[in-house]
Amino acid sequence: MREVLEGSQAVAMAVARCRPGVVCAYPISPQTHIVEALSRMSRTGELTDCEYVNVESEFSAMSVSIGSSAAGSRTYTATASQGLLYMAEAVYNAAGMGLPIVMTVANRAIGAPINIWNDHSDSMAMRDAGWLQLFAMDNQEAADLHVIAFAVAEELGMPAMVCMDGFVLTHASDVVDVPSAEDIDAFLPPFRPLQSLDVENPATIGTMAGPESFTETKYLQHMRFLDAADVIASWSARFAERFGREAGGLVARFDPDTLDRSATAPPAKWDDVTVIAMGSVLGTLQAAIEPMRAAGAHVRLVGISAFRPFPTQALRDAVGASRNIVVVDRALELGAQGVLTSCVGGALVGTGSRIHSVVAGLGGRPILASSLTAVIQRAIDGDLRRLEFLDLKEGGVPAPSLGATEVSR
Amino acid sequence: MTTVHIPFMQTGTLAVGGRLLDLEERSVQSQADRPSSLTKGHRACQGCAEALAARWVMDTAVEESGGKLIVANATGCLEVFSTLYPESAWKPPWIHSLFANAAAVATGIASALRAQGRDDVRVLAQGGDGGTVDIGLAAVSGMFERNDDVLYVCYDNQGYMNTGVQRSSATPPTARTATTPAVGKAPGAPYGQGKSMPKIAMAHEIPYVATATVADLRDLESKVRTAMSMHGARYLHVLVPCPVGWGTSAAQSIALSRAAVESGIFPVLEARDGEIVATHPIRERVDVEEYLRPQARFAHLFKPGGEEGLERWRALAEANIRRFRLTEATP
Repeated sequence: MREVLEGSQAVAMAVARCRPGVVCAYPISPQTHIVEALSRMSRTGELTDCEYVNVESEFSAMSVSIGSSAAGSRTYTATASQGLLYMAEAVYNAAGMGLPIVMTVANRAIGAPINIWNDHSDSMAMRDAGWLQLFAMDNQEAADLHVIAFAVAEELGMPAMVCMDGFVLTHASDVVDVPSAEDIDAFLPPFRPLQSLDVENPATIGTMAGPESFTETKYLQHMRFLDAADVIASWSARFAERFGREAGGLVARFDPDTLDRSATAPPAKWDDVTVIAMGSVLGTLQAAIEPMRAAGAHVRLVGISAFRPFPTQALRDAVGASRNIVVVDRALELGAQGVLTSCVGGALVGTGSRIHSVVAGLGGRPILASSLTAVIQRAIDGDLRRLEFLDLKEGGVPAPSLGATEVSR
Repeated sequence: MTTVHIPFMQTGTLAVGGRLLDLEERSVQSQADRPSSLTKGHRACQGCAEALAARWVMDTAVEESGGKLIVANATGCLEVFSTLYPESAWKPPWIHSLFANAAAVATGIASALRAQGRDDVRVLAQGGDGGTVDIGLAAVSGMFERNDDVLYVCYDNQGYMNTGVQRSSATPPTARTATTPAVGKAPGAPYGQGKSMPKIAMAHEIPYVATATVADLRDLESKVRTAMSMHGARYLHVLVPCPVGWGTSAAQSIALSRAAVESGIFPVLEARDGEIVATHPIRERVDVEEYLRPQARFAHLFKPGGEEGLERWRALAEANIRRFRLTEATP
């Protein structure tokens, strides 16, 4: 049913309809509305056979999730920012033990200085933790991705983060069609853990691995991650078939003319500037690029839907013959460049692409379509530096010297 | 069975197996079909009281749960010596996640069991003093405060023994550790009383708190039985001498545990809903020296200049005896 919903409410409804056995969270802005809604549903009876556990920290939220998932219950949690870092040790641990917990990350900046607003620093800091990371571009996709995330995570025995921009999505109302409980029941198989704490079949979970076996353990974890690309693509395709709309997948392609999302959009051409981004800024980019296309500019848009596993092949396919790349990055590798830029650079290595990192929207700075249009135009004109900060305020902030942002190649 | 004369040594706290007793009065360990939950082949040091205590605790809990027990273990000696891949010394379903989170993992297991309607399966969490009173304190306190249906057992050897004997907040004052060396003006651990987790647990007014030692294994066993007969958050604190960390011979672990009790240094008690309901009265009081002198970590107390430290210990024992009325019989 299509209805106007706050992003957090849509996510909470989708999660509840996935029938989790345990929901455990510690409140942090901008995740709070999601867990408030779930705690309410666990009392009103909308969420049955589910334990909602209030804990004293994010570290315990993830630890409780580890216990409940290991004991064979579908498990959900949500956090953001400092909370994600506070649980970091347990985030890695859940992945190492192959526990398919699904966690919403309401993306928010990391301090200092303390800042509650949106960017991608938090989930980017956990990019090597062994979790799938699926990014939502709008509230519809945020709701849908949770259904896909449970299916993918549980098939693989691997935890999944669904990343949605804090406030921009979590607190924004939009028309959303949350999949019904009946449809999700038909789509999402019941949770059958690959291993669990079972008194009938006792197992030891979480042993110590020495130098003679640790490498192999990590190798197997990596191989499983590579399998994940196919599993994500497969479940996303099944979702599109059943629900009649695209969600998830590895890379989001957009029609060259309408800028609508389209899995069948052709790859970019040699004379295109390709703009790559993830999350809600893709919507702003649609708005920024559409008039440029209408005016005859050769600009294409590609979204990263699955940041982990990083969709190297799908990205290369979408970028096609384009060699002029602009990455709009919502997180910064201090002393290097944007985080997504590094990953894109790794994926496009050997293609001779010129990759520009545009760091935008840190700590909730609004990303204006007009600013994006100007940056993309400069990329077309060959006037964009390797690293730029969008709308950096003049005065008080020294402009970087050319040498600081350009390297010989 | 009244025709058999049972000598005191077979019924009292000093007897372990009790093979001359009626079957139902015997300890779990005296039974041929004992669970052996922590089974042979693990890598604990000789004289490790933690391994001894864990075996008794676990076997009793397994028996009390009808074989339906799930265990969450903190990082530490107990985890390291029992589960080096690809081997495991644990027979019950057992999980190790991290150092600081055994209590929270146990909450997660208990929550999942509730959601699944499995009220027949019980949950036990365990860790050392570091994982309980230091790095894991917040998670333990959270589990207590929510009154989650978990029995948490702390094996207290008063330091970070697994990493090479560093000070924890359960390390008593004056003790020499690798990070509180016995040099300088105030040799050994300079401050603290050895953080009292039982008192912290009692402040949460949870249904059951108890302390025990390996000097009285029947008492330990009976406290596990009591704890397992109840629901909600329960806490058991067991003093476990560590020959490596304490600088003692492997043969002294039991005797030192007894000296800790009989000198007043380690009060043995039970509390319900935050109120002490029973204390183990000192049978034959000994001076703190009997506990301290065999331990190399206190050797500096018996050299010139060590008198002040010894007096500190005597004051600590006196305070315990007064506070917990250890020379009086339990009312």
